[in-house]
Amino acid sequence: MNTMTKQPILVVGAGITGVSAALEAAETGCDVILVEREPAIGGRVLRNHNYFPKLCPPACGMEINTRRLERNSRVRVLTNTRVTEANAGADGWSVKLASAPAYVNDRCTGCGECAKVCPAKVPDPHNLGMNETTAIRSPHVDAWPTTYTLDRSACPADCKACVEACKYEAIDLNASAKDETVSASSVVVATGWHPYPLEKLTELGGGELKNVIANVNMERMVAPTGPTEGKILKPSNGEPPKKVAFVQCAGSRDVNHLPYCSAVCCLASLKQAIYVREQLPEAEVTIYYIDRRAPGRNEDVLTRVAEMDGVKLVKGKVGKIEQGQGDGLKLRLEDVEAGQIVETEADMVVLATGMVSNLVNGDLPMNLTKDEDNFGLDSLEQKVIVAGVARRPEDVAACVRDATGAAAKSVIAARRA
Amino acid sequence: MDKVGVFVCTGCEIKDAVKIDELEEAANEQNAAAFVTHECLCEPGGIAQIQKSIDDDGIDGVVIAACSHRMKQKEFTFDPTKVVVERVCLREQVAWSKKPDDEDTQMLAVDLLQMGLARIGKVKLSEPIKEEISDTVLVVGGGLTGLTAAKAAVDLGHPAVIIEKEDQLGGYLNDCKDVIPEHPPYDTVAANPIGQLIKDVQANEQIKVFTGARIIATKGQPGQFDVELQNGGAAQSVKVGAIVQATGARPYDASKLTHLGYGMSPNVITSHDLEKMITAGELICPGNGQIPNRIVFIQCAGSRDENHLKYCSSECCGTTLKQVASINRDFSDIECAVIYKDMRTPGQLEHFYQGVQESTHGMLTRGEVDKVEAHNNGAHVHLKDSLLGEDVTIETDLVVLAVGMVPNSADGHAIRELNDAKLRIIKNESETQVADATKLVESLKHHEGTEILNLDYRQGPDLPILKYDFPDSHYICFPYETRRTGIYAAGALHAPMDTPQAIEDAYGAVMKAVQCIESNARGEAVHPRAGDQSIADFFLQRCTQCKRCTEECPFGTLNEDAKGTPEYNTLRCRRCGICLGACPERIISFPEYTVDAVASMIKAFEVPEEEDEKPRIMAFLCENDALPALDEAAAKRIQWNPWIRIVPVRCLGAVNTVWIADSLSRGIDGIVLVGCKRGDDYQCHYIQGSELANTRMGNVQETLERLTLESERVKIVELARDEFHRVPQVLDEFAETIDECGPNPYKGF
Repeated sequence: MNTMTKQPILVVGAGITGVSAALEAAETGCDVILVEREPAIGGRVLRNHNYFPKLCPPACGMEINTRRLERNSRVRVLTNTRVTEANAGADGWSVKLASAPAYVNDRCTGCGECAKVCPAKVPDPHNLGMNETTAIRSPHVDAWPTTYTLDRSACPADCKACVEACKYEAIDLNASAKDETVSASSVVVATGWHPYPLEKLTELGGGELKNVIANVNMERMVAPTGPTEGKILKPSNGEPPKKVAFVQCAGSRDVNHLPYCSAVCCLASLKQAIYVREQLPEAEVTIYYIDRRAPGRNEDVLTRVAEMDGVKLVKGKVGKIEQGQGDGLKLRLEDVEAGQIVETEADMVVLATGMVSNLVNGDLPMNLTKDEDNFGLDSLEQKVIVAGVARRPEDVAACVRDATGAAAKSVIAARRA
Repeated sequence: MDKVGVFVCTGCEIKDAVKIDELEEAANEQNAAAFVTHECLCEPGGIAQIQKSIDDDGIDGVVIAACSHRMKQKEFTFDPTKVVVERVCLREQVAWSKKPDDEDTQMLAVDLLQMGLARIGKVKLSEPIKEEISDTVLVVGGGLTGLTAAKAAVDLGHPAVIIEKEDQLGGYLNDCKDVIPEHPPYDTVAANPIGQLIKDVQANEQIKVFTGARIIATKGQPGQFDVELQNGGAAQSVKVGAIVQATGARPYDASKLTHLGYGMSPNVITSHDLEKMITAGELICPGNGQIPNRIVFIQCAGSRDENHLKYCSSECCGTTLKQVASINRDFSDIECAVIYKDMRTPGQLEHFYQGVQESTHGMLTRGEVDKVEAHNNGAHVHLKDSLLGEDVTIETDLVVLAVGMVPNSADGHAIRELNDAKLRIIKNESETQVADATKLVESLKHHEGTEILNLDYRQGPDLPILKYDFPDSHYICFPYETRRTGIYAAGALHAPMDTPQAIEDAYGAVMKAVQCIESNARGEAVHPRAGDQSIADFFLQRCTQCKRCTEECPFGTLNEDAKGTPEYNTLRCRRCGICLGACPERIISFPEYTVDAVASMIKAFEVPEEEDEKPRIMAFLCENDALPALDEAAAKRIQWNPWIRIVPVRCLGAVNTVWIADSLSRGIDGIVLVGCKRGDDYQCHYIQGSELANTRMGNVQETLERLTLESERVKIVELARDEFHRVPQVLDEFAETIDECGPNPYKGF
């Protein structure tokens, strides 16, 4: 058979898109280098509690994917690694990779003795900084590779507690960074997205009002391993909310913020409305939307939520959120149905913040064609394929479809003269 | 395996929890050829010791008594053509989740080691198969998706064959002038790519095209499909390795939309009728031949409607915007109004929405259409619940219904039921049987003659469907997972989608087709056990033709001969083991997963006497969800009952009920199965495994009652992959139930 490529395919980003693209290429018979800047794979999806429309846990599919990765010797996974330089040549790409120092190496057994003695606390990146964790730790419960990670910048001067606790010589505080240059016959860019910053939504109280949170924070809150161990609580006082408002298009479809639609936020809020009602049957939920966008079979989620008691769907754009009485919140919106500006209250607001392409800040030093919203475009000629949310806002199912197609395109690009 | 070595890791709290010398005694009793301990077995020194035993002492069975089999897999991999590895979990299941240095903990550790030794004694190395594989991809359907797929297959180095039922290639896009934009600029329509694509395909020597053709039969298995087709009266046959089904969708039958005026007035037309007029360059009201001054588009005509299609057809909002833009460009004096429930233009299509809104005379408004009535030469569209806040009536010359899409699928399962029922009528064995079958034929007769692939499969001639007639299974995590290995749905058949998505989907599906061919050539299984080189062995001399395996395989692997004996198609097989679970004669086995191997594990350890008051429980845990969740519980040092002996299984469907009988007859007090969720939103990775296990356990419980044993002694529990906190609870609660039931009366027999 003859679909193999001369050089490996480089996949940048090991979220659901990058992992899927890497596996599909490798299982077809290609060598793949999968590069991830975080200490574990899984990216944004493993920070979700459930997927819509089935409301099933992301770790379920990811478990299969990690087994596939472990069994497949064609994929080389480099975590804690970034692309620092990429040069196109006649035969593909020459790419410089910089790996952070492996303070914890492959000898780590995941026994956890180091974390027990670590005196330094850092905001937990897996939980989006909503709680603290130790500087040395397992990145999270589903982390793969299972090797622990150390935030060296948080270590107190001369502290060697973890080194002394480790029985397996897995920790080297003097480890140094490593550079490596690899040849790749084509590159798949799967760098994903980050949430539109809450702080930029000042008119909606983002970053100022404690009980105004982002949808991504809600996902962590309901996760059993999240900062509240799965409980939905108001950040102001740790009490469960009684009246939860979801504000759609918080930043998206807005020329002052993101002009495009982020494609997943309607479904994310519908899903989260189910979380709230299942956990807090007394709580009232209102979703304020411009359009309810639930394409395809995702319509089932909208149908389900629309039929639920205690959930209202109101067409209206929320323009302002202010502190109300006590720790309540006052929302001002244009109620399109009623044709007027109305004020309403809630004690917790979830802003359905949109997705920003990670290509926005030029972290990936590649000559890449982007659209006006910083989403990347494919080029078979340049042997660069963009996949997942780096390409356009889309849900997980679409990302995996896209990733599989990107794997095909990366092989096709590699085979071009 | 013949020469087994035991390698015990004493690190990670194992030596504090367990007396290692007692493990050595147990290993010696089982005649292990080597017993090695190491304080960190996974580090290079430990691995070197194992390798040395393999090289110097000829050890071919390596029992690693250390951490969970999910940990350090790469480290503990040895030459798979020479060595079988068995992992005994002393860390998660013993040291991390039980009281250290305790009698029950010690018994558990010894039992687990004995179980591992028993299993490795019964398994053997896989012998990879090498078969002659066709590298050609068959594409069924010559529309945008199919043509893209065929071209991509060739670009991936594989020849392609296209079978198209119409006389020309191009499908739906032949009727279209413009398309929804795939690339920037997103704010306006894009040129239709179909003409160029057809030319490219026709010019490509690696692509063979059959138009006006249909498939008469698809025989064989992936890598070796023999496809017989007919075009014009001539029958031909092609040999292909994998199939991309891209049979597209058809518009929803507008004659069912009388409430929207269809059929009431010739000036109520569908979006497809309109598209043809735009392409022809002549836009008129069919009723009177006049050029319309105003057109009203009604969105969700038949979609998002409990009386019609419950799903959203995804492309109609974009298509209507496209048509408004085309009309504005080509017929400048026509006013367009669009009535929608929600304008659905996700992602960058939002720019398209904005662009069309700004550049055209379009009036886009939210509203629910109450009814449409013929009026003079045009129609009245009555709206309620509109943005204008009250009921309004819009007068228009032409109404366009944005009808949804219905996949051109065939329900393989239903067709098979229909055919089976017809056979029962012919057989005429009993009056009631014939009456039931006649009723069934009546209810299924709309499937008559709908076959597309005409697969020669016991379980039906086409892909099974999941919901809303889309052939699908794990549509979130594994959107190309298929219940017929080597056959992949793409385009509008796969899910409702627009043209840019169909192009992408074609690439995805063709990648899976090529991957299947390449995997077959290497003698490897495809997803989810990609790379598995084992195949099942059927000891057919003892087969009773009960047909359970042929019925229950989720992937249609098995055909039947005239007598009903299973015919195993190795290249369709996904190695899930559900056939092994189904077989009452226990004649199906995989080299590393056999009924006997698990039965030996059950028999490997000592069951304490009644007076010892130490109940024993077998727990069969699915390796995909339940077992990983248990590992996580252990990592958090959550404790659970030490009476439980865990056997990992490939799927709950791969649990043979004889293991339950074996357990009970040994005096084991209870049996619990923990696996993935079943039902409409199943999480079982083999689709039907949990469902089948549930049915089988129902039968087991009935048997228990007949034996005057409490039915509570056998339990099946479903849980999700993230419910690590629940697994220990489930096990503890079951242990309590068993304690209350009292000892198994068969103990000691």
